[in-house]
Amino acid sequence: MSWMAWTPITAVFFSCIILMLIGMGIWQAVSPTVPRRGFLPLTTTRGDRLFISLLGAAYIHLGWLAFTDIALWVGSVIALAWLIIVMRWG
Amino acid sequence: MNKITNNKAWFLVLPVFFIVAISAIIPLMTVVNYSVQDIFDPQTRFFVGTEWFEQVLGDSRLHDALIRQIIYTLSVLFIEIPLGIAVALTLPRKGWGVSASMVLLALPLLIPWNVVGTIWQIFGRADIGLGGYVINLLGIDYNYSQNPMDAWVTVLVMDVWHWTSLIVLLCYAGLRSIPDAYYQAAKIDGASRWAVFRFIQLPKMQSVLVIGVLLRFMDSFMIYTEPFVLTGGGPGNATTFLSQFLTRMAVGQFDLGPAAAFSLVYFLIILLVCWVFYTVVMNAGKREEQ
Repeated sequence: MSWMAWTPITAVFFSCIILMLIGMGIWQAVSPTVPRRGFLPLTTTRGDRLFISLLGAAYIHLGWLAFTDIALWVGSVIALAWLIIVMRWG
Repeated sequence: MNKITNNKAWFLVLPVFFIVAISAIIPLMTVVNYSVQDIFDPQTRFFVGTEWFEQVLGDSRLHDALIRQIIYTLSVLFIEIPLGIAVALTLPRKGWGVSASMVLLALPLLIPWNVVGTIWQIFGRADIGLGGYVINLLGIDYNYSQNPMDAWVTVLVMDVWHWTSLIVLLCYAGLRSIPDAYYQAAKIDGASRWAVFRFIQLPKMQSVLVIGVLLRFMDSFMIYTEPFVLTGGGPGNATTFLSQFLTRMAVGQFDLGPAAAFSLVYFLIILLVCWVFYTVVMNAGKREEQ
């Protein structure tokens, strides 16, 4: 696996993504998702909302790096808040 | 009715999962790993955090390539989609003409990208190419290797020549699926040609058009081979689009870290647009079912 040039941070990042997907799979098995409409302009399932929030989080980080000089962890907090908001009310 | 559930079917998905893992997920993970490191060789690498992302996002050459890419992709869509619809509307609906036009239209789609580039490279040359020679005979000073505007026009015309057929074939398939009863009803109502197009043909072509726009967007946004063969990205950087910029960075300069960071930004742009199109297609499908 050394050819993949792993670093501890990227390993943690992908572990979180994989754990999130496993968690969503178990959640789906225990209590299947019901499509609903929140503040997003489309009907979404739980998986859709996770995808939208992760994609949004990626763009928040990119925007943060491109347009501000403020520490990245502030952007990460905003991205986390976005994730929670979309998952709960999206 | 009781629904029969058989979870063994999931095993049938495993081969696809492994193929996707090997061909997409593992390489993508590797790119992410590369994007946060300065790598000299597999043993000599240093963690640099988000430095490459900051460098890439602030690179004016990349901004220029992105703007060029957006203008190019929008131009391709604005030319190919209306032209494709117009050609599809004029195609014969029965008789030998159907097969003949299908074969003729499919021909450009069968030619490999690099061959298309070579064909147009020769065709556009003023000394040995028919196209370039004739244009110069008409008194227009045309030289795609020296004039940026000529290079742009040539690359655009080449793409239109290569890919409009795809839109034509998709639209034609959409048009063929309209029952004759619709046209008969429109005739009885005295509908104009425009009304038939606007209220019968266009709505029926909607789903295929969305697929067509999506395919043309992705292909033109990732275009590499044809401009590379035709103009090599020149003159200057006039036709250097994102893929070529990325290749130059990764293979030419061997800046693997910045190239990996750039790949991820590129990937995210395409992922966002594809998701938007996918959502539009799915919602359009649901509306039609209702």
